[in-house]
Amino acid sequence: MAKKRDEFIQLVVEESFDNMLLLKRGRTLREEIEMTAYREKQRAKNHPWKVDPKDDYSFWDGVQQRVVKLDGLGKKEQNDCLKDILREILNRYGNEIAGNFNPSHYHVARAVVTLGFGRLLNAARVKGPWSLFSNQLDLDDKIHIKGEVDQLRKLAKLGTVVMVPTHFSNIDSVLIGWIIQFLGLPPFIYGAGLNLFNLKVFSYFMNSVGAYKVDRRKKNSIYLECLKSYSTIALREGCHSLFFPGGTRSRSGRIEKALKLGLLGTTIEAQRQIFQFEENPEEKKIFIVPVTLNYHFVLEAPSLINDYLKSKGQERYYEENDEFTTSFKISTFLMKFFTKGSDISVSIGNALDVLGNEVNINGRSLDKNGNEIDLKDYFKSNGEVTEDAQREQEYNRILGKKIVQEFHKHNRVFSSHLVAFTAFRILERKHTSLDLYGLLRLSDEELILPYEEYKEGFSNLLDALRAMKDAGSVGLADHLSREKDEVIKHGIKNLGMYHAQPPLKFSKSGDVVIRNMNLLYYYHNRLDGYELEKYL
Amino acid sequence: MSSKNTSDKVVGVIGAGSFGTAIANMLAEKTDVLLYVRDKTKAEEFEKNRAVGTHRLSDRIRITNQLSDIGVQCEIIFPIVPSANFREMIRNLAPHLKPYHILIHGTKGLDMTVPEGEHLSKKNPLSRKHVKTMSEVILEETTVLRVGCLAGPNLAKEIEEKQPAAAVVASHFEEVIDQGQKLLKNDRFLVYGSNDLIGIELCGVLKNIIAIGTGMVSGMGLGENSRAMLISRGMVEMVYIGNALGGNTKAFLGLAGVGDLVATCSSKLSRNFTVGFRMAKGESLDDIIQSMEEVAEGVNTIKIIDQLAESYNIRVPITETLHNIIKGEMSVKEAYAYFMKFPFRSEIDFI
Repeated sequence: MAKKRDEFIQLVVEESFDNMLLLKRGRTLREEIEMTAYREKQRAKNHPWKVDPKDDYSFWDGVQQRVVKLDGLGKKEQNDCLKDILREILNRYGNEIAGNFNPSHYHVARAVVTLGFGRLLNAARVKGPWSLFSNQLDLDDKIHIKGEVDQLRKLAKLGTVVMVPTHFSNIDSVLIGWIIQFLGLPPFIYGAGLNLFNLKVFSYFMNSVGAYKVDRRKKNSIYLECLKSYSTIALREGCHSLFFPGGTRSRSGRIEKALKLGLLGTTIEAQRQIFQFEENPEEKKIFIVPVTLNYHFVLEAPSLINDYLKSKGQERYYEENDEFTTSFKISTFLMKFFTKGSDISVSIGNALDVLGNEVNINGRSLDKNGNEIDLKDYFKSNGEVTEDAQREQEYNRILGKKIVQEFHKHNRVFSSHLVAFTAFRILERKHTSLDLYGLLRLSDEELILPYEEYKEGFSNLLDALRAMKDAGSVGLADHLSREKDEVIKHGIKNLGMYHAQPPLKFSKSGDVVIRNMNLLYYYHNRLDGYELEKYL
Repeated sequence: MSSKNTSDKVVGVIGAGSFGTAIANMLAEKTDVLLYVRDKTKAEEFEKNRAVGTHRLSDRIRITNQLSDIGVQCEIIFPIVPSANFREMIRNLAPHLKPYHILIHGTKGLDMTVPEGEHLSKKNPLSRKHVKTMSEVILEETTVLRVGCLAGPNLAKEIEEKQPAAAVVASHFEEVIDQGQKLLKNDRFLVYGSNDLIGIELCGVLKNIIAIGTGMVSGMGLGENSRAMLISRGMVEMVYIGNALGGNTKAFLGLAGVGDLVATCSSKLSRNFTVGFRMAKGESLDDIIQSMEEVAEGVNTIKIIDQLAESYNIRVPITETLHNIIKGEMSVKEAYAYFMKFPFRSEIDFI
């Protein structure tokens, strides 16, 4: 990426152009272009965003007109024209994805932004506005960074790192950006949702820290191919990258289970290309680093869970409206967030190779028994590194599964998530005949849990979690080692603390009262998938 | 670390049972084969006689009793050993395997492992966590990912006699299916492909249960109607169990499912059928097992599936009844009476 932006985009265009011509999806190039133009016109008309270019509609209308006019031409001429159009489309997409990224301003902008962010946090904390000029950055009590930090630092020097964090909130992008700087890591490029660029604050951050734009509205194969080529080439060229493998934020509050394999697959493709074409492939190994983020609350939780509940069972259109609609709200939120006590936990997982094998501190891939594996062997048949799209698709599935496992393993359970889980599961056990929607509609008097009963369930779960932690299958936040009554209090106090109506509170007599079932369900989901319910 | 450049394309077969030898001979029609025999004396004997029991060995087959030879010399390996020895064999083979290897197994059984210190209880019943198909054993124990299985109506004796037959190679990898087809297909042997690896494996595993049942029906002197009844009811049961354990219904309707089921349930060449047949004639299970040269996988499968069905809450009347007979809690006659009274509402309700 350190090369000139235009050269890079040209490479992306050429590679995706070749790929498009090679791909056989049961459609001709003409059909592919026609469909893309049709869908893009619809999008430009029905779902325009502020960031869209002014000529959005007219460009696609023009493409459509040109394709219609091809009918009078001979076969070869038609083909040549279609190729020209394809190249034009790819050029447009390539430029859009790359954004305004300017390598020469990259370092300066990044330094300014991260310094600014640090200062903002500092000022917002105890010291008042004057500390904007203070150099003291003391965020350790707020943001807990755990896990394989040293390995991450070392691998970033040895090869190309792809960070894949869980995704719960829009604030994740900013947080990760800050973490990268805080840990002294080299620059990363982001695949950030184009909708984030609607907001000036984010737009400023993203453009300066090397973000490329991912537009989830565009699902046509030309765009996806272009996006994949962009990521593959960047990885091949050694750009550390970051993307949220779950795609959008987890609407249910669950740790991502089904990952979007498109971008993830580019890591495997890039690694194979390195083995095929690079002279010193060992120096360009790609490392996948799963990162689990945890908060006591997610600002957008109410709208996320509403979305989820409404659309459960079917994929809904991506909505851009939620609490993060204006820059002002975000700034207020950040101030609030850092003035009131709440923790953020960032767990850096073990690095994996692109096949999901763990790697050691020297970047060597290890098998389950700790023996070294030559990664290149996965791509070989008959002794040669070969290209096999279906094989790589399978490898991608395997990698996705492994990342999800790592997310669960490195997730750090918070008291707030555990109090929510306990309350929801106790209710579920009491009302076995009700489905989820029935549970969400329980009447107020059914939403009071006697403290002793609640504590018993909570204790069983906490004991089970502590045993799981010892076995290395989950992480626990430090505050979970306190006395159980204290942990419950801590959890209830922190659970969704900034929502208008926090999900749980104590009644006057000391029982646990549920005030918002939807949110309780959302936060309870954080511990879904550990089979904890059997301990209740 | 450098990788071996495999230019000599010798194909490995592990296990010189009747099916292993039949496959080795068939592979040898197209390529050089290295056949692994665990027992050193037997390996020498086979090499000397150029035969395994009554099966003659093709000239293109070499015999070894070193697993390392298989790992180093072969890129494509067909492990075909009884399920009870499978995990141990794979563990021993694992250090010699590299990620470029392709393994296509032909073992029709399940592996049950309860880790030391773990106890099965109501809270922790036998589940998929403890019961694995052979491809899952390979994935657990080795670095190999390109795994497949060979299934279908493959009575070893008929294959040796060069009678027409067909099989399915199942794998998540097209590459594995292609290789399996290239190596095995000839003018009297058809090879289909499937990507439902677990489904196809389960077909081969579960049909053995029904084969024992039909053996009993024949041993009791009952007619074709009874046998057909058991086969078709058995098929339904296979689909239920198969679905619960992660296979698709489609697999059971194909060659590896219904095809293999019919072949195994109609043939006296089938070991599982023989076990049922002899039990119905009044022999004890222990005596039968003692006198058999090769393992009848079905007996072990019945025990595992009966427990699994309980924890997954699926109705498996045939397996359950057969388990009762094996345990000695029911006679074959009582089982027959019980089975005829078993209430079924609809015949097929899984499609």
